[in-house]
Amino acid sequence: MSHIAELHQQLERMRPALQRFAMLQLRNADHAEDAVQEALLAVLEKPESFSGKSTLRTYVIGILKFKIIDFLRASNRESQLADFAGEDQSDDDIVDHLFNANGHTVEAASAWGAPEASLQQQDFFKTLEICLEKLPTQTARVFMMREWLELSTEEICKELALSTSNLWVLLYRARLRLRECLELNWFANTSSKK
Amino acid sequence: MRLFYTCKQAHQKLSENLDRELSLVERTQLKIHLGMCDSCTNFGRQMKTIRMAMQAMAKGKSSDQDEP
Repeated sequence: MSHIAELHQQLERMRPALQRFAMLQLRNADHAEDAVQEALLAVLEKPESFSGKSTLRTYVIGILKFKIIDFLRASNRESQLADFAGEDQSDDDIVDHLFNANGHTVEAASAWGAPEASLQQQDFFKTLEICLEKLPTQTARVFMMREWLELSTEEICKELALSTSNLWVLLYRARLRLRECLELNWFANTSSKK
Repeated sequence: MRLFYTCKQAHQKLSENLDRELSLVERTQLKIHLGMCDSCTNFGRQMKTIRMAMQAMAKGKSSDQDEP
């Protein structure tokens, strides 16, 4: 089998994961598919650029991230920041129902059993992906920019014209939701799984 | 300014700790609160677990492939 044909096959095997990553960030199947397509084409056009210093998967994901950042930049120019306001209401609820009027937690957070072992399991990442899908669109976009694209808070604020304190609050709410979802769908079950 | 954080304040600082460097005063107040509060201590560890999980995902870990 030729080198290119082999590369092609490897890329095809990666496509579903790439599609899911792009979808979690962009929240639109067509846009996600375009970003993945562009990333794969970029690799196929210049296969010699892949130096072998990193794994192919790391290399392709790096390119996909660049494509997604380009896409976010282009679409943010058109997008309405009013989207954030619409989501705020339900996001306030997520904070409020965790604490009573004195600022104490309504239900104490219990320790998660063996988090390091969880991070070794594919099923954990399936649960994490589902929890990320459940985040409100704009909250997810901001959270993924911070945690998956690994952009600095300054970069995100600039891209989205958000104040830093707004960004911190959005990220906090995203983490609260994720924590609750992972608790219910993963960590509450880990003891019974062993 | 209240001397002690409520759990609500401590939760928010534990998240912000992942996005900015807390001031000395904030770090001190948080430390005092965590010394008295198991729930917020657990919450802080959970925030770090979520960060570690996302770092693994950022490197390419997903539900269908083990290694990046």
